[in-house]
Amino acid sequence: MEIFEYAPAPESRAIVSIRPSYDLFIDGEFVESKSDERLVTVNPADEEPLAEVAVADDADVDRAFAAARRAFEQVWSRLPGAERGKYLFRIARVIQERARELAVLESLDNGKPIKETRDVDLPLAAAHFFYYAGWADKLAHAGLGTRPLGVAAQVIPWNFPLLMLAWKVAPALATGNTVVLKPAETTPLTALAFAEICQEAGLPPGVVNIVTGAGATGRAVVAHPGADKVAFTGSTEVGREIARAVAGTDKRVTLELGGKGANIVYDDAAIDQAVEGIVTGIFFNQGHVCCAGSRLLVQESIADELLARLRARIERLRLGDPLDKNTDIGAVNSAAQLARIRELAAAGQAEGATGWSPACPLPERGYWFPPTVFTGVTQAHRIAREEIFGPVLSVLTFRTPEEAVAKANNTPYGLSAGVWTEKGSLMLWTASRLRAGVVWSNTFNVFDPASPFGGYKESGYGREGGRHGLEAYLD
Amino acid sequence: MPDTVPGSLRAYLHGLPGVDEVGVGRRAADLATRSIKTTAKRSAIDLAISMVDLTTLEGADTPGKVRALAAKAVRPDPADPTAPSVAALCVYPDMVAVAAEALKGSGVGLASVATGFPAGRTSLEVKLADTSAAVAAGATEIDMVIDRGAFLAGDYRKVFDEITAVKEQCGPAHLKVILETGELVTHDNVRRASWLALHAGADFIKTSTGKVAPAATLPVTLIMLEAVRDYRAATGRQVGVKPAGGIRTTKDAIRYLVLVKEIAGDDWLDPAWFRLGASTLLNDLLMQRTKLATGHYGGPDYYTID
Repeated sequence: MEIFEYAPAPESRAIVSIRPSYDLFIDGEFVESKSDERLVTVNPADEEPLAEVAVADDADVDRAFAAARRAFEQVWSRLPGAERGKYLFRIARVIQERARELAVLESLDNGKPIKETRDVDLPLAAAHFFYYAGWADKLAHAGLGTRPLGVAAQVIPWNFPLLMLAWKVAPALATGNTVVLKPAETTPLTALAFAEICQEAGLPPGVVNIVTGAGATGRAVVAHPGADKVAFTGSTEVGREIARAVAGTDKRVTLELGGKGANIVYDDAAIDQAVEGIVTGIFFNQGHVCCAGSRLLVQESIADELLARLRARIERLRLGDPLDKNTDIGAVNSAAQLARIRELAAAGQAEGATGWSPACPLPERGYWFPPTVFTGVTQAHRIAREEIFGPVLSVLTFRTPEEAVAKANNTPYGLSAGVWTEKGSLMLWTASRLRAGVVWSNTFNVFDPASPFGGYKESGYGREGGRHGLEAYLD
Repeated sequence: MPDTVPGSLRAYLHGLPGVDEVGVGRRAADLATRSIKTTAKRSAIDLAISMVDLTTLEGADTPGKVRALAAKAVRPDPADPTAPSVAALCVYPDMVAVAAEALKGSGVGLASVATGFPAGRTSLEVKLADTSAAVAAGATEIDMVIDRGAFLAGDYRKVFDEITAVKEQCGPAHLKVILETGELVTHDNVRRASWLALHAGADFIKTSTGKVAPAATLPVTLIMLEAVRDYRAATGRQVGVKPAGGIRTTKDAIRYLVLVKEIAGDDWLDPAWFRLGASTLLNDLLMQRTKLATGHYGGPDYYTID
């Protein structure tokens, strides 16, 4: 009898037609950029170019803001909430209808496994539009004011391209604002597909404008005098730059930045599920997650047993073709990010921590990094302090709940944390002392549009999602 | 042979790590999305057929019915001799002699439920007599039920002692211990009952009688697979797992095989260590098997009804 091994089960890419070249989406139409500069977005799994994309210059950004201002003043802010809601519901439904296509496109452009785009990114993106569509005619009941701010400048990262777009665009539109959005330079394709969805949904021209490009375009967008509000998700470094750029202006700002989340496992935890939570916490989306549980804090009395189970579990992770439906770990998004992960992993080794990875052959082409666990990490090591944004877990131990909380909070960040215990009182005691915007109880990396998300300290300010998410777009 | 449990059984079983219901559900649901196609599906189907405990446990069972099912167990697809035999035929104790005769020389195992199946609400003497009668009549495997009442009342010692007594009565026959997880209800109970049965000497732990809903589920089987995995790591002894009841389609069966592969590991992907207690499942496996080989489905009339 043949041995039961999984055969390749690739999702077909035939469902997606990627154009060779994309223009900017301004005032409801795809228009050529004023600049001649183009960027090429590649498939990180094999380094093959996927498409050429326009790079918006200052004049393009001006046009986008002019269109957004016009749409805001003449159309969108004047529509009753119920009418805005109809457009958002329509967008949500089109996302669902095109979910398979968008999932494949996202996996191609980002490198994340199809299992995640299909089961997480796409359902959540649609859910965000449905959720905020429901708020559009109920703003008077949110207790936050009902007047939109105007034009929102939004810059989003490459780790969840379409989902971060949904987090930004849905609440802005529901509250009556219009949008100029810049997707990340390495993952612009689903945002451009979203532009088509806006057309398909009949969204009035200028309500959503999408300008592609790299850092210079992003700077032009957030610094534009026509922006009433700046919303950014990305690195703390760029977040600081944005805060400086808008200082002294009357722009409102929300920043969702980096993190170094602690995942605290007490000795009475449901150990097998805690192992799952650790794996989900750090290896979900190749660790390209701002709220990743990148620091495992395990009670010393169960550390050896937990780590043995964790290693055995990691041995079973399937790394490879992101389009294979059985792939658990996909490709790192870019050469630059891979270099950063390598640099920090090397620093971990050099500083005296012990790295471990499963025997896991990496594909020859593309950007790949194996799941890695560092033990013997101390608070002083760079890998315990700096955000790696990759599949690298730093393991620290603690002896008492006080020590766990002290170590968890001893970071410039404060975005997420997880706590694993079967004892309710200890769960509440710990959660109430953690300075993190999100604390997961016996789970990790679970998201819902009704739940607010955001950080403390260097992880940023403002909240996205839930009723709280409306506040950033209302006066 | 039963091994030693340190301290009191209660302290030991309640000292096992807890099971988080939500987490187990998520893990099982995640593994259920594995996509098993082409060559993988072909090998999975044959493996699943070879793991079936083809079961008839009805008050209306007759020698004729048992003989018919025995013939099917040996040669599941009359049209295709390459289809493997199932692992065992599973019947009530009074049908064992008929089944033994029908299966003679076939290599197919003969399992008998015993110990006052399915409720187990009878005295230990009767349970032991039930067991020895089935073994004497030719059963090579005994599927016993645990005393769920005693377990839920916290009388773990009684459950443990009954298992060891039945095990002794089994002689050379393999002992499968049915936990009836649908009556134990919580996942913590499933884990405790699994470890109790493992220490008491079970050769297999089995989810259900098939007479109580819910019968086998993916999360419960996952917890039992974790238990046998960890038990082997701790003691060196390998024990099998058998989900039973409610597994009707090839898709269901393949999901269980994925669970075995990713939770316990390849060592358990063998009829000696994993069984599927089922009756209607077999025809669906055969139908899908033919579909893979020929590219089209035969109608239900091309598969035997027994």
